[in-house]
Amino acid sequence: MTARIQVPAKAKRGEVIEIRIAIQHPMETGFRFDDGGRAIPKNVVNQLVCRYNGVEIFRAEMGSGIAANPFLDFFTVAEASGELVFDWVDDQGQTGSERAALTVTG
Amino acid sequence: MMVRWLLRGALVTAFALHCAAGHAQQAVRPQPLKSGLDFTGPEVRELQHDDFANPGMLWISRGEALWQEAAGPGRKSCAGCHGEAKTGMQGVATRYPRIDEGSARLINLEGRIQQCRESRQQAEPFKYESAELLALTAYVAQQSRGMPMSVAIDWQNRHNFEAGRAMYYRRMGQMNLSCAQCHQDNWGRKLGPETISQGHGVAYPIYRLEWQTMGSLHRRFRSCLSGVRAELMPQGSPEFLDLELYLAWRAGNLPIETPGVRR
Amino acid sequence: MLKNFTRRNFLARLLTVFAWPFTQTRAADAPAESVEVMLLKVTGGARVEAGRVKLELPLLADNGNSVSLKVSIDSPMTPQNYVKSIHLYGPRNPRPNIANFYLGPRAGRAQVSTRVRLGGSQRVLAVAALSDGTFWSASADVVVTLSACYDAT
Repeated sequence: MTARIQVPAKAKRGEVIEIRIAIQHPMETGFRFDDGGRAIPKNVVNQLVCRYNGVEIFRAEMGSGIAANPFLDFFTVAEASGELVFDWVDDQGQTGSERAALTVTG
Repeated sequence: MMVRWLLRGALVTAFALHCAAGHAQQAVRPQPLKSGLDFTGPEVRELQHDDFANPGMLWISRGEALWQEAAGPGRKSCAGCHGEAKTGMQGVATRYPRIDEGSARLINLEGRIQQCRESRQQAEPFKYESAELLALTAYVAQQSRGMPMSVAIDWQNRHNFEAGRAMYYRRMGQMNLSCAQCHQDNWGRKLGPETISQGHGVAYPIYRLEWQTMGSLHRRFRSCLSGVRAELMPQGSPEFLDLELYLAWRAGNLPIETPGVRR
Repeated sequence: MLKNFTRRNFLARLLTVFAWPFTQTRAADAPAESVEVMLLKVTGGARVEAGRVKLELPLLADNGNSVSLKVSIDSPMTPQNYVKSIHLYGPRNPRPNIANFYLGPRAGRAQVSTRVRLGGSQRVLAVAALSDGTFWSASADVVVTLSACYDAT
């Protein structure tokens, strides 16, 4: 799954940093019909987890009420240098993952 | 006998004046020229201007990757011939649609990419409206973002231009409406909850909230045609290419905005 | 049928015929679990106070398919006092529970932005669960209209 993440490369210890993620996914509601009149099955990214050096710092449970190509913007406190890992899964079991390195000074 | 001559003369003059007036009236640009963003809500404007939140950027990312991807038996990538898109493709989108030298036919950016893929990379061309073609077209057009449209009408494409203009002013569909009636005569006015735009194509391909995905200018033409309950031509059809040329001229020097966001 | 055709049973039949459209409910109209019931699962019956939560949505959505939303809670976000979770509801959506966000003291700021789908004009609700066991909420009215032209593509 194509996804883009925005995490600052550097931050000061204790600084609150903004994290953004955009995932390419139709977030199919299950209420649409194709040209043949068949219902298109529901398939949404239902869970996204962000871990900072292995510790969960943010989790989103999403439904068909989240717009297509889901976008999330949240915050965390820069504590130690390391990695932010994003993992998500959709109703069909397809998973996606992205990671970003963060250097924390001070 | 004298009266008959005078009458004939008067009729011919009147007819000539009518034709001239009609001609001058039709080949006009809206004044002042305004981007479609001027007719959307603040939310759509913010989305387009935010290079991260803009959903179209997901296709740009894909386009960036495809630009480097080797294809065909010769394992050629776009970058292999054109170099970095940032330099190699700068200004390109401002000159499309244009006449393709080889076939002497009008070709748009999508068509050029498909042509490159098929004839130069010897690879399977991407279908119109496919994720790959949208991604590559958006990526190439984005390299001209901020640059003014500069499509010239000359002896080679004049007949395409005239055909495009004729379609623009032709009433169509069950609702019997022409493009001009909304986008030339009534831009800025309300159609239901929406404000009618001038209908330029400078932001394409766009992420349209209504489609919940990226889409081409020709898809937008099809949307409009379905809106007036007219028959839809396929993407890439000669009618749409001619119309695209007319729109490119009509946009004057409006800057390219790809990837645009529209409602 | 005509044998037992009296005026009384004709009138009775007529009534049934006219009542029919109002007795049918399509699957799509069948009421989803109400927001109150969903909230009960989150709060366990505790009171939800209005306040401390700020829910930002446009007054008029450009398109119901994608509406930008920002929810923020006034909280120091310390290990002693932080926002545990944020729950978003769109009562007029076919699935009213739009999303749930789980934070913690490491969030630093109790603020989440996203884009939601709204299936019609409605009052969107955000409920925050705090670490001290209290629940706070905010709501925002959004007008959602249909696109001016039909799009068959």
